[in-house]
Amino acid sequence: MLSTTLIDLWHGFEIAFEAQNLLWCFVGVLIGNLIGVLPGLGAISAISLLLPVTYTMHPIPAILMLAGIFYGSQYGGAIGAILLNLPCHPPHAVTCLDGYPMTLQGRGGAALGITMIASFFAASVGILVMIFASPLLVQVAFKFGPTELFSIMMLGLIAGGTLSKGSPLKGIAMTAVGLLIGCVGTDTNTGVVRFTFGMYQLSERVELVALALGLYGVAEFLHNVNKLKIAGSSIRVRFRDMCPTKAEMKQSLLPLLRGTFVGTAFGAMPGTGPTITTFIAYALEKKISKTPERFGHGAIEGVASPEASSHSKTQVDFIPTMTLGIPGDAVMALLLGALLIQGIQPGPQLITKHPDLFWALIASFWVGNILLVILNVPLIGLWVRMLAAPYRYLFPAALFFIAIGVYSANNSLFEVGETIVIGVIGALLIALKFPVAPVLLGYVLGPLVEENFRRSLLLSRGDLWTFVERPVSAVFVGICAALLIGQVWFWLRGKQKPKSGTYRSDQAIKITKEENSLRVENV
Amino acid sequence: MTELKRRSTTSIGLWPKDYFAGMLMLLVGLGAVYQSKSYELGSLNNVGPGFFPSIVAWLLVVVGIAITLTARSNGSSEGDTLSIPDLRGSIAILAGLIAFVVLGEYAGLLPATFALVFISALGDRENSIVSALILAACMCVVAVVVFSWALKMHFPLFGGN
Repeated sequence: MLSTTLIDLWHGFEIAFEAQNLLWCFVGVLIGNLIGVLPGLGAISAISLLLPVTYTMHPIPAILMLAGIFYGSQYGGAIGAILLNLPCHPPHAVTCLDGYPMTLQGRGGAALGITMIASFFAASVGILVMIFASPLLVQVAFKFGPTELFSIMMLGLIAGGTLSKGSPLKGIAMTAVGLLIGCVGTDTNTGVVRFTFGMYQLSERVELVALALGLYGVAEFLHNVNKLKIAGSSIRVRFRDMCPTKAEMKQSLLPLLRGTFVGTAFGAMPGTGPTITTFIAYALEKKISKTPERFGHGAIEGVASPEASSHSKTQVDFIPTMTLGIPGDAVMALLLGALLIQGIQPGPQLITKHPDLFWALIASFWVGNILLVILNVPLIGLWVRMLAAPYRYLFPAALFFIAIGVYSANNSLFEVGETIVIGVIGALLIALKFPVAPVLLGYVLGPLVEENFRRSLLLSRGDLWTFVERPVSAVFVGICAALLIGQVWFWLRGKQKPKSGTYRSDQAIKITKEENSLRVENV
Repeated sequence: MTELKRRSTTSIGLWPKDYFAGMLMLLVGLGAVYQSKSYELGSLNNVGPGFFPSIVAWLLVVVGIAITLTARSNGSSEGDTLSIPDLRGSIAILAGLIAFVVLGEYAGLLPATFALVFISALGDRENSIVSALILAACMCVVAVVVFSWALKMHFPLFGGN
């Protein structure tokens, strides 16, 4: 078992080191880092912008590049959070709390250095977990039929809707909206055209790139224009400043380990977003610290732990995405969509059917993370200067890239129109404080859920009890029910004692408060 | 929906925003229920194309009602600040994107690019006409060099699509 895993992994490294794959991995990491640094553009925009480019590529370099963009933009997001107090990428919102005060104290470079160390260490742990857990999970998952797949996808959807930040009810509403958007187009079983409102262009489903860039690109710009004011940074960070002192290293060692642990634990739970993970890591660090009053005033632990947790979390998130076909958050949903477009069905069969792809991806995580560390050492000065790019030039240029990116997906101007409509809807949803990530999750999982639902009913001859009669499926249905009942219970308890509240609602309130304060500081 | 939107922005002080959030979901849900009616439901033995959308649409209706009913208790804890997009900026962004689609269809990539960048740049209060012109011209160069020459995209520089 172990030796075959190691042989597979070795083979994966060989593929990842092929010139073509290495090149695309490098391109992905570089572009991801670049876009992640730019204010207002996060991992989702970065991946969707380059998604059309991969349509014509071989699946392996395509997915290596997209994954590279993803963790590249994560590195980039931390830079903006620490140096300019910009939570462009929600998981880094919490890094601002202590990262920015460190910058004000002239230790911004050290914060960046710690971030880099924490990210690399946590990602490595996440990769190791992935290497050893995936094959085990696959052995279980192999016994899954459509009934089990349906139940576990429901779990992913319910967890994604209720465990993200904000109101669980709104999360479920957004999941349902995403599922409905996923229904648009021709039904694969019967050929019936649904929800197209007479537009034949819609019979091929809503374009993934249009949806993602509408919700995360256009809608964000509509909200930020004339509101996001970025003070030009006069901060200079050289490589020399990035080395943390010995005391700082010692201080952040344990938080780093704890953050990694929190991230790994949450990564195993499908549907828990990275943002909530970082907040929990931060809260934990503050709670067990002997000097909690230092937090918020430049405590290096407050940078190390959340950053480590977000990186190990996203790495471990790949496990349910690849082996079960259940994306943990919106970014994973996007990567899942990219795999589906390539004709690769993520799920238990992925490792056996496409071992090259799976192990090359794992190997490329390491290669990509090392590339990132190497890249960020000489380029940090450049990134800092990029950060100062005025928003008034940035968003028109980004809109152009969005328009042309959506067009290039299918050479269709109609889809650019789709993006506009989705952008307006997205802006309305954001104004009403709906979380938009579950929309993407529902859209990607929708057709799979429906397909497996139909198949399992076909197999059980129309007996709905099949979902609880089959033991594995029953477990997942049970967890779904527990999640929902738990939410109702917390809600009732929170209503009874509005002051003290529960841990969860406490957490949620704190998050919105902290986010609000961040936003206020930015405006 | 537009009616609802207008009301939600004008009467923020009177109603918790979740009231509108719930009503919006309720309306979307009802619309989807109505639309799903035209697709065959099928039976549990052989699920038709209307089955899944109907269930999801009814779920949305129920959740919409729940959000509306719990609006008050939620409103106090989450803070009622409704962030309304800046009017000038958002109109410019939308106008620019629509111009891109229309000009892309009838006039080609270059006019479309220029219009999109120029119009949306004017949406930012700090951009002058000159800086918007320069930015638009720069993006036109990018469009030609990167997308037309290097990536050989199927999008004529001038002329209809």
